[in-house]
Amino acid sequence: MMKGKRLLLLVLVGLLIAAFPLAASARQTLGVVISTLNNPFFVTLKEGTEQKAQELDVDVVIYDAQDDSAKMASAMEDLIQKEVDAILVNPTDADAVVPSIMKANAAKIPVFTIDRGASSGEVVCHIASDNVAGGRMAGEFLAEQIGGAGKVVELVGIPGTSAARDRGQGFHEAMKEYPDIEIVASQAADFNRDKGLTVFENILQAQPEIDGVFAHNDEMVLGAIAAAEAAGREGIVFVGFDAIDDAVKAVEEGSLAATVAQQPKEMGLMGVEYAVRYLNGEDIPENVPVPLKLVTQ
Amino acid sequence: MHALFQRHPAFGGFLLTMSLRERFSGKIFTESYAILGAVLLALCILLTFLEPRFLSVSNIFNILRQSAIIGIISLGMTCVILVRGIDLSVGSIVALSSLVGAATVHAGFPFFVAWGVALLVGAICGGINGVVVGWLGIPPFIVTLGMMGAARGAALLFTGGAPISGFPDAFRVLGKGWLAAVPVPVLVFGGVFFVLYLLLERSIWGEQVRSIGSNPVAAWGSAMSVPRITASVFVLSGVLSALSGLVLAGRLDAAQPTAGLGYEFGAIAAAVLGGTQFSGGKGTLFGTILGVLIMGIISNGINILNVNPFYEQVVRGLVIAAALVFYGRLSAREAA
Repeated sequence: MMKGKRLLLLVLVGLLIAAFPLAASARQTLGVVISTLNNPFFVTLKEGTEQKAQELDVDVVIYDAQDDSAKMASAMEDLIQKEVDAILVNPTDADAVVPSIMKANAAKIPVFTIDRGASSGEVVCHIASDNVAGGRMAGEFLAEQIGGAGKVVELVGIPGTSAARDRGQGFHEAMKEYPDIEIVASQAADFNRDKGLTVFENILQAQPEIDGVFAHNDEMVLGAIAAAEAAGREGIVFVGFDAIDDAVKAVEEGSLAATVAQQPKEMGLMGVEYAVRYLNGEDIPENVPVPLKLVTQ
Repeated sequence: MHALFQRHPAFGGFLLTMSLRERFSGKIFTESYAILGAVLLALCILLTFLEPRFLSVSNIFNILRQSAIIGIISLGMTCVILVRGIDLSVGSIVALSSLVGAATVHAGFPFFVAWGVALLVGAICGGINGVVVGWLGIPPFIVTLGMMGAARGAALLFTGGAPISGFPDAFRVLGKGWLAAVPVPVLVFGGVFFVLYLLLERSIWGEQVRSIGSNPVAAWGSAMSVPRITASVFVLSGVLSALSGLVLAGRLDAAQPTAGLGYEFGAIAAAVLGGTQFSGGKGTLFGTILGVLIMGIISNGINILNVNPFYEQVVRGLVIAAALVFYGRLSAREAA
């Protein structure tokens, strides 16, 4: 009797062990490590990954690093131990994540970064917002709003940063299509509300006519709006970038014409999509730009 | 002129004559004022020539209003540097105190209570700096670097990184109000200058501040409490940072945990440009005001002329370096 039970147990265990690799090979498993689920932006991103995983019939294992690089490292180690097929990571810090990525590289598990990049290590593909397209979108919107002609001001982010370069490039590309629009001033306000205020105050002194303003982020454009209000200058179309809470409120109130929003859900969807395409042997680009959208009234 | 000072029994004659002689014998101040004034004038003439709108009444008030924020802090910084100190925490105190003030007014308290609370936060931060520097003798660079991080962190924690925006007009008066034809921030800046001028040049406290900076050994030997005077200077710097934070919040209609980043550099640069020396004891509020205005005019000029932003930092750096070289040579000549 006892012997029979033991035998049965052995057989069952044997079956389980035998079945496990079968099951694993049938369904792909993606590990997803997110910097923090305390921020609604990343919660939406996570939901995007889950939705796509369900569509494509793959499993996702999600870790919340709680904005802690050490937690992120242990989550990555867990995923490597589990031998997941690919890891999608939204790093808390571009440098702190590097050792974990190298461990995954050593274990031959492909790594994808979402929204924030990693400063080194082998990453198959980086999925993030397309700032150039966003700048172009903002420029086109601004041009339409002012009727394709007039004087505009560009408030530049911290000179030399990638966000400032890309957003500025997109904006200038859009402006080239409108020969009747003149960029009368293009000045750095360092992504900062306080500098946006003073820099735009100064520009208002020099430019009696301004039809529109594009700022590389919302902080600067909110400062510029405060400057225009204090100076009693009306009829200026303001366009910002990032869709922060204060800016969305300003759009609702009408003082801000538009702000460019990132789409975290798209990031999640595209992250899983590209990871699965890669696992199925497709060639995928090193950078996947995620489209942005314009928030208007 | 120094009646108060002479009546005070706490000072030995040695300290009195030395600090006074140092102050009045040197041509350093008059000479540097002349040079700074000339630089200021040359800048104005050049900018007017390049862009006539520079010299409009509205632009002059614009520059003064913008300069008020960093200017108020620079006046406090000047006093700190006079006692051989430095205060790196000013920008973080701007953020923390204005956020606390903003939260107070949002909680339904009247604007003056909110102002009081903000100034109190500035005084507490400055007080901690002052106590640690004054009584524990830890170098001010380290102490205020710590406060810079701590106050910034506290500001971020306080609202979870979010700004507080939308204030009643009364609360914003310090930043956006006008009295007759003068913007309130300019009046606040002027008022702070006037009060500090009286304190520094016409009171015993000012004499003590200068003597600590110019000769700490003699100061310790005298009857005055060096730690107490030192601490009071840091409290002053904290309170002025908070006041500046209120002006900033009023102007922006928002208080931000990231406000005031880098203000310490602006304030130190203005003071140094105005002739305040890190070796302590030497420097005046008037010089600092000239320094603040020169920096403000450079920023304004760059914006109104639409100069490539990459040049801005180069120009600022060169101006400060040139000032340091100039003052260095001036004191070398004095010593010779």
